[in-house]
Amino acid sequence: MIAIQTPEPFDPIADGPLEPPPGHHSGSRLERVLRRGWFAVTAELNPPDSADPRDVLKAAEPLKDVADAINATDASGANCHMSSMGICSLLSRVGYGVVLQISCRDRNRIAIQGDVLGAAAMGVGSILCLTGDGVGVGDQPGAKPVFDFDSVSLLRTIRTMRDDGTFLSGRRLSSPPRVFLGAAENPCVPPLEWRAQRLAKKVRAGADFIQTNYVFDLARFRAFMARVRDLGLHEKVFILAGVGPLTSARAARWMRTNVPGVHIPDAVIARIEGARDQTEEGKRLAIELIQEMREIEGVAGVHVMAYRREHLVHEIVAESGILDERLNHAAETRVAPENLSS
Amino acid sequence: MYAARRFAVRHARFFERLYNRFEALMVALDPLFARLGYDRLERPVAFIERAIKGFLFDCKMCGQCVLSSTGMACPMNCPKNLRNGPCGGVREDGSCEVRPEMRCVWLEAWEGAARMPRGLERIAIVQPPVDRALAGSSSWLRVAREKAAERRRAMAPPEPTAVSPPERARSTLAKAFRRARRLAPSAAPLAAEPEAALADQAVEETTSVFESPTRQPPHQESGEGRGGENGGGEDRRAKHRGASAP
Repeated sequence: MIAIQTPEPFDPIADGPLEPPPGHHSGSRLERVLRRGWFAVTAELNPPDSADPRDVLKAAEPLKDVADAINATDASGANCHMSSMGICSLLSRVGYGVVLQISCRDRNRIAIQGDVLGAAAMGVGSILCLTGDGVGVGDQPGAKPVFDFDSVSLLRTIRTMRDDGTFLSGRRLSSPPRVFLGAAENPCVPPLEWRAQRLAKKVRAGADFIQTNYVFDLARFRAFMARVRDLGLHEKVFILAGVGPLTSARAARWMRTNVPGVHIPDAVIARIEGARDQTEEGKRLAIELIQEMREIEGVAGVHVMAYRREHLVHEIVAESGILDERLNHAAETRVAPENLSS
Repeated sequence: MYAARRFAVRHARFFERLYNRFEALMVALDPLFARLGYDRLERPVAFIERAIKGFLFDCKMCGQCVLSSTGMACPMNCPKNLRNGPCGGVREDGSCEVRPEMRCVWLEAWEGAARMPRGLERIAIVQPPVDRALAGSSSWLRVAREKAAERRRAMAPPEPTAVSPPERARSTLAKAFRRARRLAPSAAPLAAEPEAALADQAVEETTSVFESPTRQPPHQESGEGRGGENGGGEDRRAKHRGASAP
């Protein structure tokens, strides 16, 4: 059994805000792993439609041993679930590394800046700044779309809070939020030729790490990464490539037409369709993608999104072998004291 | 108009040149505007601006025009009001995630920017969030006033004075989005807003039945912790009264 997270229970009142180690922006585990040069793994949690905290822990259970940080989505696809803030607060108390997701769709600048302080106080070390899907695709299409910020101005705002210690209004913060700032990028949808430039803009606005949307088209992703390297961005930001298991060709077609920002090439769908066990093939595909991505210069980790297939995440990560280096390292360091005594 | 707006993007270079001439003229007219009173000009100029830019760009009168930094494609036509680039939901054929019958505003923007001499440099600038209090007001007048004020500041830097909360808010925003402020001052305005832009709000506030008649005037309250609770409108008007337009 592999395990990369040793949960360190966190009590916000006794422990106070997470202190960043020297040279770090935050006390986030994800930042420590990335700055050490390890290939990082983050995983998306399927948020419960429940008010029971035990449901959150149950959802996190299959991810805890293989993810450096767990992303709690913020009503992704404009569907209502338990809030990212609630989930992150619970998980950080248990000691998991978490990524709070903030979408600009549902809250204005007053609410968001307040949430950033609240999250940091509750032990959230990383925040992912997102634009958010339109309200029309979700379960409440009559909702008012807010979009007061966009993901880029949101990044700059939180960076201003963290580094200058002020709200956007200029009012001083007595204790700024020490957070590791993330943003999303979708390398596989138009405008393909400008996606790297858009990433550059996010880096300029304050992004420390990037989690991409699903990548099923390696050719497009490679072209994107080549542009990223041309701009020198791979040295300024940690890029985690998004992967996930497809469960069947039918599900893949459905995702392609109904989920915004998902691009799946026909060849991929044909491969799944031709397999005897489509779920197994989808898993194999995810593992192969992870292994290929790891070889691409500038890819610092993977972000595994297995919506309602969380039980597969452990197998995918373990079988891809991306944690071997770290597990060997852990084994070596355990051996070290004995060597010293002999 | 959708067709006119796509035409404008295809001829972004021409429209930018046209606008630059027009802007120089507006800035040169600043002394005249100041004498007539920016406040008095606000309504008629905004009316004309709405008609012209509404036809050409489907302008939404956000009051902080950034067309020169967005390839002459108005970002307020994006259903998510994105000011800094496309979202991740652009469809395979380049159409909008929310309104599939429309081409993504930011695909247009990047194409327009590529046609402009400094377009690609300007589209890379991080734009601040929109100041919703400026909606409906004239961007042209704001540009004239901001650029003229900047020129004056460059010649004779003003003496430091006590900073009021709305001023502090503006300077923090302008500092956080420094490049946007430098290239398009109207995107992050520093100067006081014209009375007319706030007129509707003012009427609403003074006639509100919830207004407490015994409330202290804003300048007598302590500076710290204000600005948030009661909204910026009152502060702005107080400041405007204090420091009249040059």
